[in-house]
Amino acid sequence: MSVEYMGLHSIQGPLAVIEGISGASNEEMVYMTLESGEKRIGKIIELEGDKAVIQVFEGTSGLSLKNTKTMLQGRPMMMPLSTEMLGRALDGIGRPIDGLGDYYADEIADVNGQPINPVAREYPNNFIQTGISSIDCLSTLIRGQKLPIFTGDGLAHDSLAVQIARQAKVVDENDSDAENKFAIVFAAMGVKHDVANFFRKSFEESGVLGKVVMFLNMSNDPVVERIITPRCALTAAEYLAFKHNMHVLVILTDMTSYAEALREVSSSKGEIPSRKGYPGYLYSDLASLYERAGILKDAKGSVTQVPILSMPNDDITHPVPDLTGYITEGQIVLGRDLALAGVYPPVQILPSLSRLMKDGIGEGFTREDHPSLANQLFAAYSKVEDAKSLASVIGEDELSDIDKKYIKFGRAFDEQFLSQKPYENRSIEETLNLGWKLLGMLPKSELDRVSDDLLDKYYTPYEG
Amino acid sequence: MEQTKGYIYGINGPVVKIKGSAKFSMQEMVYVGNKRLIGEVIGVTSDAAVVQVYEDTTGLMLDEPVVGTGSPLCITLGPGILSNIFDGIERPLKDIREYFGSFIGAGVEFKSLDDKKKWQAEFVVPEGSDVKGGDIIAKVQETSLIEHRIMVPPGISGKLLWVAGNGSYTINEPIARVQTESGEHEITMAQKWPIKTERPSKERMPISRPLITGQRIMDTMFMLAKGGAAAIPGGFGTGKTMNQHQIAKWCDADIIVYIGCGERGNEMTQVLEEFSELIDPKSNRPLLDRTVLIANTSNMPVAAREASIYTGITIAEYYRDMGYHVALMADSTSRWAEALREISGRLEEMPAEEGFPAYLASRLSAFYERAGYFCNLNGTEGSVSVIGAVSPQGGDFSEPVTQNTKRFIRCFWALDKSLAYARHYPAINWLNSYSGYTDDLESWYAENVSPDFMKKRGELMAILQEESNLMEIVKLIGADVLPEGQKATLEVARVIRLGFLQQNAFHKDDTYVPMEKQNKMIDTILLYNRRMKDLVARGVPVSLVAKTGIADEIVKMKYNIPNDDLSPFLALCTRIDTAFDNVIRENNS
Repeated sequence: MSVEYMGLHSIQGPLAVIEGISGASNEEMVYMTLESGEKRIGKIIELEGDKAVIQVFEGTSGLSLKNTKTMLQGRPMMMPLSTEMLGRALDGIGRPIDGLGDYYADEIADVNGQPINPVAREYPNNFIQTGISSIDCLSTLIRGQKLPIFTGDGLAHDSLAVQIARQAKVVDENDSDAENKFAIVFAAMGVKHDVANFFRKSFEESGVLGKVVMFLNMSNDPVVERIITPRCALTAAEYLAFKHNMHVLVILTDMTSYAEALREVSSSKGEIPSRKGYPGYLYSDLASLYERAGILKDAKGSVTQVPILSMPNDDITHPVPDLTGYITEGQIVLGRDLALAGVYPPVQILPSLSRLMKDGIGEGFTREDHPSLANQLFAAYSKVEDAKSLASVIGEDELSDIDKKYIKFGRAFDEQFLSQKPYENRSIEETLNLGWKLLGMLPKSELDRVSDDLLDKYYTPYEG
Repeated sequence: MEQTKGYIYGINGPVVKIKGSAKFSMQEMVYVGNKRLIGEVIGVTSDAAVVQVYEDTTGLMLDEPVVGTGSPLCITLGPGILSNIFDGIERPLKDIREYFGSFIGAGVEFKSLDDKKKWQAEFVVPEGSDVKGGDIIAKVQETSLIEHRIMVPPGISGKLLWVAGNGSYTINEPIARVQTESGEHEITMAQKWPIKTERPSKERMPISRPLITGQRIMDTMFMLAKGGAAAIPGGFGTGKTMNQHQIAKWCDADIIVYIGCGERGNEMTQVLEEFSELIDPKSNRPLLDRTVLIANTSNMPVAAREASIYTGITIAEYYRDMGYHVALMADSTSRWAEALREISGRLEEMPAEEGFPAYLASRLSAFYERAGYFCNLNGTEGSVSVIGAVSPQGGDFSEPVTQNTKRFIRCFWALDKSLAYARHYPAINWLNSYSGYTDDLESWYAENVSPDFMKKRGELMAILQEESNLMEIVKLIGADVLPEGQKATLEVARVIRLGFLQQNAFHKDDTYVPMEKQNKMIDTILLYNRRMKDLVARGVPVSLVAKTGIADEIVKMKYNIPNDDLSPFLALCTRIDTAFDNVIRENNS
């Protein structure tokens, strides 16, 4: 059915309202043709009587009430999928922009996806070695997990994401072909061109570009398009993972820009805002993205998400990081203090957390001492913070001996454990041994989270 | 009966406007569109109705028909509920998977309970006897752990004309007939009940028994009663879900209803896997045999999230009516409140605080008041205890959901971010939490645990309270300058925190600790406290105790003394005495 409607009723921000419509369905995709012949894509987001509210992805600039032609497509927003997407760069709504033309579609799928049935999920417990000590030991990434990086402007989140992508090889002894089953889906939402180039260059240098699908919505691209970008990316990821059994790492950056786009559309619709002007359904909407990570019982592949999210003003209680934290399975929090002290990657270990870690580490996964060691490092580091705050009041010289030891341990931990070079890839054994070495700086009686057996096996006093 | 019909006039997310008939009634269940999506009427005007749809509305078109069912949204109650996993409106997720595959589609009706399976019924009342609503007429072994009691639906009473006799029946086969005033009524194993209506009972009974969870900070410090209501508020990563899981695993309720309301899909998978593997220590059967799961993950339709809470509590009340003690976990009620807000926003209602509708408080109270200790219609006693997780935005307890919840619960387990950061689990802050049930439960603890239990609890609390006051000073000037008496308090408080309050959910003995051992642990710590005070009185420096390593032994008693053999406590107390005696002797010489 291809009825064309002439003209619009009104235009408000990124939304256009069309009147006298019949046979329209909710979430249906529409094509709009401007006076100049330019074509745009939109989506129906609300219907009432004979009026439809259309969200125009490329923005409404240049749209006029009189001469715009609208054609209903009779289906929701779909995107073509194929393994040929690997190595390609697409725009925010999945159209090739690398000049290599269209790819042959193996199938087309609704970008909104459908919720995974909890009964059909496989509980993730496969450890992914990222080669980064602070992550591997203390906030372990698990295949099929959604683990965001909470960061601030100007911190090294991009380098960290690239390092994870480069080093997070899927090691599977039972499968020699595992290497070929690895893919990266990269979605940029409202990022600067330099940042997108940085990612492209980094993927190229590490020789994985042929395994990457890039969805690029730059900061000067239409805002509304941003709402579709992660959905396209995740549709592609699900296709690769569940149809072609690949292990897909999805990097989404920057989720805050995404949420802002959502807020913009919401306010144009005149919706009642909740916190900081974000719509009341921000939680449900973010969940519809983040929950698209996981492993299915019926497929061999997996979708692992590493969304990057900049906390406005470094505020972790801002609605976007806050709601994200409630949905994702943990978070890696970067800190400005560490970055200023020259620590890379500046991972703040106390607020960082991986919820799936407990089932993917320890005997049979990493090493039997891993859970206790991680627990002990957290406990010790939290005492370091206490000692530091005391020292800032009474001065370091006045501290008790044990507090001085903690301060010393804290310094060594930042310098040796947290800090590593962008190309330094530490195995999990190296990381764990390093952790024990540093714990050696503390007296044995302070280590109350570790059983005596493990202490006997791994603990050796160390002067630092 | 003539069906009420209308057509779709407007669609806004899960909210659909209907025109064409004024005959819809409030809360009536309707089928929306050609796909027959399930919805509920939430507003009626002279010629229009507003419906919230429990399924994804993508692809729904204007002018499609909407058909009324004439009754409110009901769920089916009968054997087959336990060890099953349902979505928010009691559709079995396993059947949905069989039909749709790994992803959840829309527009297909599923039977809530297996209507093919035959259940072996054993009748307990003879033909000809008088029965009334709630009376148990037959028993069915639903799972290896739980006997399902088939009851006469509430509101039906009269002479039992006919019973089918012992044998196997499906849930829809008639098994008895009752002569009521309005005619004969057939009884099947399954009955329907509207989810938003509380199931009737004879009377509410006073609260007198605790819900023992095996978690020390809950059982000893901030106890929850059977039939009570508790809230666990906490920012993300503080362990709401972990605590809910622990309670679901170990609490001494007969039935567990676990509602995953707007939470992670992987968590529900985890509960499902873990509970079918975990063995109940008392019965040696999988824990799943006493558990029912309701899953509405965060990306499933938002209106069904609102319903999931009611579905869960209706199932809980149904088992309560049989005379069971039911514990219901709702994780998280904030997501439910947000579902209310989202629907309210789409209806363009006037918002109250932070965009939440003005009726948030009344909805919360209506939900929490369905908890309680009841005398059922059939004379048995049963209870529904509700434990609701709250996810305050930004971890700030002053937000509307936490504040309104606090008014309707009496047990408050406040999770604390800084404890979680220090990996002190369970991260329940002992200064902000409270329980209003201590007075009600005092006599139970005195009879069953220890005569002066509440006094001992008070002593522990006082030490912790004093520690927090002292910490203010320590933060400014360090601990070294404190007088010996206060150093002793700090040391004892440290032992309470590490040895008692901290509990390791992954340790085979520490994950669940029986009351008897908790009591012995308290006694040991209080002995340590007394000896410390004695030391101070004698003018012996407190630091000398640290060298004996005895504190370390007390802290590790939770690991080193097994749950089933508490005799080592005696030896431990002797060693404490010896250690202190030695310290005093060495100091004097």
